[in-house]
Amino acid sequence: MARRAAAIADLPGFAAVAGAAFVVLYLPIATLAVYSFNAGDSIALWQGFSLRWYEAAWANTAVQDATIRSLVVASLAALISTVVATAAALGTTRTRAYRGQTGVYMLINQPLMVPEIVTAVALMIFFATIKKATGYMGLGYLVLAHSAFCIPFAYLPIRARLEGMDLMLETAAADLYADRWQTFRRVTLPLLAPGIAAGAMLAFVISLDDVIITEFVKSAGQDTLPTYMLGQMRRQLTPEVNAISTALLALTVVLLTAFFLLNRKRG
Amino acid sequence: MAGASEARAIADVRRNWALVAPALVLLILGASGPILIVAVYSLLEPGDYTGVTWRFTTEAWVSIFMQRDIFDGTLGWSEAHLTIFWRSVKLSLLTTLITLAVGFPTAWFIATRPARQRAMWLFLITIPFWTNLLIRTFAINEVIRAEGLLNTTLMGLGLISEPIRIIYTDTAVLIGMAYVYLPLMVLPLFAAIDRFDLRLVEAAYDLYASRWRVLVRVIVPIVRPGIVAGSILVFVPSLGAYVTPRVLGGGKNMMIGNFIELQFGQGRNWPLGSALAMMLLIIVAFALLLYVRTTSAGDRRHG
Repeated sequence: MARRAAAIADLPGFAAVAGAAFVVLYLPIATLAVYSFNAGDSIALWQGFSLRWYEAAWANTAVQDATIRSLVVASLAALISTVVATAAALGTTRTRAYRGQTGVYMLINQPLMVPEIVTAVALMIFFATIKKATGYMGLGYLVLAHSAFCIPFAYLPIRARLEGMDLMLETAAADLYADRWQTFRRVTLPLLAPGIAAGAMLAFVISLDDVIITEFVKSAGQDTLPTYMLGQMRRQLTPEVNAISTALLALTVVLLTAFFLLNRKRG
Repeated sequence: MAGASEARAIADVRRNWALVAPALVLLILGASGPILIVAVYSLLEPGDYTGVTWRFTTEAWVSIFMQRDIFDGTLGWSEAHLTIFWRSVKLSLLTTLITLAVGFPTAWFIATRPARQRAMWLFLITIPFWTNLLIRTFAINEVIRAEGLLNTTLMGLGLISEPIRIIYTDTAVLIGMAYVYLPLMVLPLFAAIDRFDLRLVEAAYDLYASRWRVLVRVIVPIVRPGIVAGSILVFVPSLGAYVTPRVLGGGKNMMIGNFIELQFGQGRNWPLGSALAMMLLIIVAFALLLYVRTTSAGDRRHG
């Protein structure tokens, strides 16, 4: 039976194209990762295994600064966007439709629809005015911008989790004289936790990966890891960039695996 | 009794607004609000050095496609600008077509695997999807540049005697965009094919349909919402692409995104940059509208 179903689903050449697609998707990334361990200076000529480019990147103060800045911005953006997205998810699900709800959805999903370059120049103009008026040049601008575009990514898994939740448990808690806050704190929140964790992780990865908005919003000397790498690409490339990329890639894979495991439990 | 439930409903609405308010404030400050400033700036005159002069003019919008003759002030088509727009639209459409041609068989392959394997294949598509765009652009750059993997391999095999020049051409940008946006095409296609009932294919075969007819007359019409969704998801970021053309296209093969940046940098024409950004937004809005209209007829579960 299974064999028969598989034969019906087979279309000539499709498996070959799919196989080629996976090779094409992974070959460049694999090459990049392999050459990060190159002993030589080249990103194309293999001269033996070494960790020297990881050591070089680790010792490079510009890379250190950019890494710390990336992690600080991503952590704050993930925290802020997840908190407001959780509240927003509670305010948009399991409720009768209310006037303005479509507008709320549009605003929340806006960062997914508007080309990043448009938001980037818009924020550059807006923040330039504020910078001039207040003199504040800190990381606040990056944190605000990142928190905003991370909201839909945090919101979607939380909302999905809420929609799949059983209302009965909360009704039961209310029947047992729990007040609204107790019900939320003791029943809703624990049930919602995997969704919140998934949302926070996605927000963190999205913030960590951002290039365009960061490039336009950052003040002088506020490179994050991606904008630092973009700057390096204008110069002679060494496997140091490969090493940074591979480390970032490894972090993404770890977070994604965690995300998948969290989501799997739901099923 | 009716009064009490009405009061409750009002309280619920109030609670809902209080809950969504912080997110909305952040989004208005950090994303949507500033776009209104761009709209205003597109209707002003350029400043002497940077920024704008607060005098109303539609000159920036006119100069998206037209230019004024320096001597007699007559308007003519601006070839430089049209070239950039045409390149952006052309490359974005080609990227969409290539990713569709590769993505459809890939999504079909994943969706027709046994359940256990399917999760693994899907995960393999998801990893590149979430991997930093810059890293992926950089990875493809290592493959196609002059001393890259492709050329060294081909030369090593003796198939070519000197490197093929791909990098810093439109082709390089196209390859790069197709590479980085392929997962965006595969995921919605997979979602559509996954819901597809294979018995329909079986029925079509029973009625003596050829494989080609099954594909064109049965499968494609049913998974069309997924095709449209994937195409929009690839077309929209392609049109606004900035990183990929910058890294792979060099300075000459600009797309709209890079051209917008240029106006805020060396170009020192903020109103033109703003008008271009608004133009891009309008094109994207039309594409999204098209998407909503074609898909709302089919799957419509929630807002």
